[in-house]
Amino acid sequence: MIDPLVIFDLLLALGIVALAVAALATRESFAMIVVFIVFGLVSALAWVRLSAPDVALAEAAIGTGVTGALLLKTLHHLRCATGQPGQNATQAQISAPPVPVGVTLANAAFCGLITLGLAVAFLGAPAAGPGFEGLVAQAMPQSGVEHPVTAVLLNFRAYDTLMEVVVLLAAVIAVWQIERGLSDAPAPVMGEVWQGFARLALPAIVVVGTYLLWVGAEAPGGAFQGGAVLAAVGLLLLLTRAYVPQPAHRGIARGAFVLGTAAFALVALLVASGGRVAFEYPLAHAKTLILLIEGMVTLSIAVTLAALFHGREPMALKHEGKDDT
Amino acid sequence: MLELLGAGLIGLGAVFFVAGTVGLLRFPDVFCRLHALTKADGLGLALIALGVALQAGTGGAVFRIALIWGFVALASATCGHLIARHARQMAGGRHD
Repeated sequence: MIDPLVIFDLLLALGIVALAVAALATRESFAMIVVFIVFGLVSALAWVRLSAPDVALAEAAIGTGVTGALLLKTLHHLRCATGQPGQNATQAQISAPPVPVGVTLANAAFCGLITLGLAVAFLGAPAAGPGFEGLVAQAMPQSGVEHPVTAVLLNFRAYDTLMEVVVLLAAVIAVWQIERGLSDAPAPVMGEVWQGFARLALPAIVVVGTYLLWVGAEAPGGAFQGGAVLAAVGLLLLLTRAYVPQPAHRGIARGAFVLGTAAFALVALLVASGGRVAFEYPLAHAKTLILLIEGMVTLSIAVTLAALFHGREPMALKHEGKDDT
Repeated sequence: MLELLGAGLIGLGAVFFVAGTVGLLRFPDVFCRLHALTKADGLGLALIALGVALQAGTGGAVFRIALIWGFVALASATCGHLIARHARQMAGGRHD
């Protein structure tokens, strides 16, 4: 008698591979994005089956929710740029200039390098070792929090997490620079039912996002998941036009982008100035410091992701300035 | 007894999902498909949520399941409306 869950896992694994193939094989941009979103959701389910609810939450919120919204927004931009709003993407693609062979080759080379690196890392890893679970469990009393994943992310390997926050900051700077010359794509009119839905969903999202941040200390959740959920608030505000970014808000937005990185780095420097290693928090204040960093990082992530969704920086000369939260 | 009832409700919910999927694959146009999908989705999910709630141990869990059901129902109804609205605008060029 085979465990029915094994059959479920096998079907899940096959489904993920099939969805990945479908996403690559589809030539219609919109269908491709939809398949990619489904792929992300099914992957999140797979992470749940692998007993990694933290990764599942991140995959569902960032990998699927925010990334899906970013992709759809980009598609909307592309269609507007090619003068066919609402048309099939296949038609829009025809008018797009062909991709140079060099670019394709460079992309292929980079993808190959990444695959090679992953393969080397996989082969180099100890096959069936005990992993780091024991070490983490041993060090938990010194971490200041009760959830091992949060302890690893914000204490044991805080340096990596700081770099992840910096990557997000770099992304939003790049988008603001690159999109400077692009014209604004008109936002689609969503209708009254959507407005009502947003009004109901918005407070719930605020509660869920804050809860995810708070609960991260002892259960799955944390800054990245909470930030992504809170970014959805920004998306709703932007889509319902309850908030129209003004050029005057650019300063606040810039402050919010940097807030997480700055708070994180400042804590590290302060700890280091006390004669310790950069992220060796004093045990008495570890929980406070971690919560402070997580709170600031969550705010930064939420604002940054919402700004990425909005795209261009709000311009003073435009008839209607746009950007940030 | 409660477990059995819960399992039965979940099974019934799954039947609605299968019916909705068949409708999505077989119906001719986007409105018929939406009709099949939103109905099946709504009722199927409600039955599954009810089944899971019967098996849930604590009041907090039941409350959370109810919340999840409420928000998914709200979101899927809104999605259905948005898709239908978009399809009608594409077809007739009407705006409202």
